[in-house]
Order: sequence, then structure tokens, then C-alpha cells
Amino acid sequence: MSKKSIDIAELKEKARQFRKEDLEIITRAGSGHPGGSLSAVEILTSLYYYKMNHRPKEPDWPLRDRFIMSKGHACPIVYVILANCGYFPKEELKTFRKFNSRLQGHIYIDVPGVEHATGSLGQGLSVANGIALGARIRNVSYNTYCLLGDGEIQEGSVWEAAMTAAHHKIDTVCAIIDCNKIQQNGPVIEIKNEEPIMDKWRAFGWHAIEVDGHNFEEIIAALDEFETVKGKPTLIKANTVKGKGVSFMEGQSKWHGKAPKKEELAAALNELGF
Amino acid sequence: MPEMKATRDGFGEALLELGRENKNIVVLSGDLEDSTRAEYFKKEFPERFFNLGIAEQDVIGTAAGMSMDGLVPFACSFAVFLTNRAYDILRLTVCYNNRNVKIIGSHAGLTVGPDGATAQCLEDFAIMRVLPNMTVLCPVDALEAKKATRAMAETAGPIYMRLSRPPFPVITKETDIFEIGRANVIREGKDVTVIACGFMVSEALRAAELLEKDNIGARVINMHTIKPIDQAAIIKSAQETGAVVTAEEHQMNGGLGSAVAEVLVRNIPVPVEMVAVNDSFGESGESEELLKKHKLTDVDIANAAKKALNRKKRS
Repeated sequence: MSKKSIDIAELKEKARQFRKEDLEIITRAGSGHPGGSLSAVEILTSLYYYKMNHRPKEPDWPLRDRFIMSKGHACPIVYVILANCGYFPKEELKTFRKFNSRLQGHIYIDVPGVEHATGSLGQGLSVANGIALGARIRNVSYNTYCLLGDGEIQEGSVWEAAMTAAHHKIDTVCAIIDCNKIQQNGPVIEIKNEEPIMDKWRAFGWHAIEVDGHNFEEIIAALDEFETVKGKPTLIKANTVKGKGVSFMEGQSKWHGKAPKKEELAAALNELGF
Repeated sequence: MPEMKATRDGFGEALLELGRENKNIVVLSGDLEDSTRAEYFKKEFPERFFNLGIAEQDVIGTAAGMSMDGLVPFACSFAVFLTNRAYDILRLTVCYNNRNVKIIGSHAGLTVGPDGATAQCLEDFAIMRVLPNMTVLCPVDALEAKKATRAMAETAGPIYMRLSRPPFPVITKETDIFEIGRANVIREGKDVTVIACGFMVSEALRAAELLEKDNIGARVINMHTIKPIDQAAIIKSAQETGAVVTAEEHQMNGGLGSAVAEVLVRNIPVPVEMVAVNDSFGESGESEELLKKHKLTDVDIANAAKKALNRKKRS
């Protein structure tokens, strides 16, 4: 994918389309995680259509940038984007969460374009660090991106990995937290307050950037900044809205892991302008 | 008297040799490389060695990431911490993704001695062998540990190997063949079969000598691979001897004995007696004291063999 041309309007239109397809496959499946996939749309669109070097027709291209989806439950939006990139036929999206499908309920390794299966939270950042250290040992150059949820960083293993990345000066790792403020049983701030998140990551030795996670200009600027930072890993705190784009889902913990009914899908698509 | 040498020493030497031969070998440690002997590798290849601190989940996760582009990571710590603390990472990140990660758990079993129950891992076989894609090894001596380390590097997929702290008798020979999943019969006998792993193989050999005085012929099998277990060897010995004793420095629930029993009940249900720790934690003490208290000695194996024989005669 070319880094040179940025057409924000085009990215916005893609994001609108991806939200539609995300909700459609979750509705068809009858289960899934709409809230945390809708909050990550702009982040993932920026990675796959702007920042990352990757070749959908050559998923194993050795010099591709790596992406680890640590918040594996939000996989439907990744599947939608990978299919739209051309990693596999869009028709296959209809099999999401169905028996015999590669599109498992949490992100799955057999799906073309997926580097690693996750689903138990807090495991992706260590893997990203390992990929980056492996590249350093083998003297090859690519970046590794890792998307985490804000609920997810309550897992202690995330902080083990945060220390490792800083100690080993892994400047080829960019962790992005989809801070949608809501976890399964309520607001993060009520369940286990994580703020000040920026101060915590800086104290752990990271270069930390805060953005509006639905603003393409800000996300893209942060991803570009990451590539200029040497000697330390970069964290992007993306402030997002859970269920973004569908008013009745926005900020609602009940839409963390529930599929819309057909009429709810129709209302949502109507709101998205379809 | 055979040479005495710890399995961890054999591992450390083999890891260093592998490091010299294969630049893809990398080593990760949870700040115990002095104890696990991974430090031999560290001294010669510091650029391929990572002490990630006291963070076993991160050690395993990082190892999995390193394995994704052709490196062969050995993740090393005490057995109890790597298998228990990092279990969810081993399950999902390593086994579900079928990563080529080699997991080295040292200081397992009661023979850790004075450190007591917290370090005495007695459940690693059970919790590792239940994981799909995982292979589980427990070498009998330092020489076999060297061969097993090489086999691990040459075999794709997640492999766990249990090592021990104290020196054990070296009972194998350089020329003995080690093959993952293929048990070695190290003593012939026609009346009863003792299937053991690790240090307990030495106890089993002494038990066989005790039994010989009573005109009982005990076959001894070194079951160095707990998973995939050598079903053919188990069935054949059960057919030929009609009674089986298992012996391991592990909980009775879920370990080698269970693995052997699972094969026997489905194929040839002969009497089985299990010599193992009976659903309790260890404690501080010298190896000999602990093995005696928990009934893991040559005498205990011989008694179990007689019990199995009596059951065979009655049936």
C-alpha cells in the first residue's frame, strides 16, 4: 500500500463501509463484539490503508510490517479490512463465527493476513516485542504494531512486556491502545481506573502520543511520529468511543459482546448513511 | 558407580553446542540462567540471549514472537514458574498458534530439596501434556538431556523438557538412541514392567535388582517422552509381562502413571500400580528424606511391583 497519497475523504468513506460490513457480519453470526470493533475502525484503516507495508497477494512477504491484534475479540473489523484489502474473498466474511470457518470468534491464525491468534487478553505485546527482537537479531527491518484495548491493560502481563520493550529499546514496536473507556461490565474508570495512562507509559520508558482515535489526521501524524522515534518504543493512546458511529451503541457496555438484531442493524446502517 | 551429573548440566552443554552450530538458536531466561545452565550460552552468545527478568508470562510470549520468523527460542526458568505462572500464555500464544518454542523447566520434583514445596514442581507433566500440540520430555540423565536438547531444536512445534537440580546417575551410553516418542527398554524381564522417567528410572533399576533376589523378573522402561507416549511399547510390555508399575517424581494425578493407564485401559487392562506423589505438596528436606517420605524409592517400586504381581495372579 502506498504511503504517499493520503486522501482523508477516501479513508473516511472506507471507514463508513467497514462499519457497515462489521455490523453485518456480527448480525449474521448472531454473536460477536460490535462495541470494541467500531471503536477501532479508524485506527485499523490508518494502519492497513496508510502506514503498514504489506502485500495482500503475498501475505508472507518477509519484509512486511507486522500487526498483532491483542484485543482478539474485536476481530470482525480486522477480518472485514483484510478481506477488503484482498487477503481473502469478501464472500467468506459471511462465515464469521460459523462451524468450519477460518473466521473464528476470536482472531485466528489460519486467516490470510493474520499473524497470530489471540483471545485471552494481555498476550499480544510480548509477542510483538519478540517479533521485533527477532528482526533485530536477523538484521531485517520492519515495524510491528500491536492494538490493545484499554480494559486489556489491566492484565499484568501487558506491563511485563512494556518494561521489556523499553529496556531493550525496541523502537520498531508501536503499541496502540483503543481507549474506548468501556469494558464488559461498565466504565473502565469505575471498574479499575487506569489514568493517568500517558504518565504510566512514559514512566515505563515509552514515547507516548495521545490522539483522537477517530481523527485520521491525528492518527496518521502519530504513526508517522512513531517512525522518527529512536531508542524507545512508542505508545499511541487513541481516545475512542465504544460503538462509534451508531448512536444507540455508543458508550454502552451492553454492546461490548452482543450482536444487533436485524431491525437494530437496519437502524444502525441508516445512521451510517446506507 | 556411574558418573553423577545433573540433567540441567547436560542441557546447558548441549545448548552451547547448538548455539555454535546454529545462529537461529536464541535463549530467553526468567533471571535463573545460572541455575538452568543457560548461562553457558549467555557467556558465548550475549547478543542472542535475553534475561527478561522475573516475568515468566513475558518470557514465553516474547519467545513465541521470536519463533515466528525462523528463530528457535529456548525459554528457560524453573519448571514451577514457567509451566504454572505462564500457563495461559503457553496454552494460547504457544500451543494454539503452534509456535516453535522450546520450554525448559529445571529444578522440578522433590529432589530440589531444601527450597521446599514452592519450587518443587510436581504437576508439570499433567498440565503440559493436556495441551494440544505440546510435546513433553523428561530425560533420565545428563547424557540423555544433551540428546533431548538437540532433538528439541530439530523438531518443530512446542516442546517442554523437565530438568532437575541435583546430580543423577548417568545410566545411558553415548551410543544409545534417543528419539522423541520412542521408549527405551533398558532392562529385560518377564514378570512385571516398570515404566519410569527421569531420576526414577535409576530407582526402578535398583528395584529390579531387589526383585531379582525374589526371583521376579522386572522389565524397566525409560519413558523419557511423556507425550506423545509410546503406546506400542506400553502395550507390548503389558502383553508380555501382564503387570505394570509406573514411577515418577510427580503427582499421581495426571502424570506419567495416568498417561500409561490411559493407554492400558483402552487396549490391555492389566493391573497397574503407581509410584508417585499422592496428592500432596512437597516440603523442605534432603532428596533422600523426601523421596522416602513420599514413597518414591527403589523399595517402594519393588513393593508396588509385588502388589501388581499379586493382582495379576488373582485375575
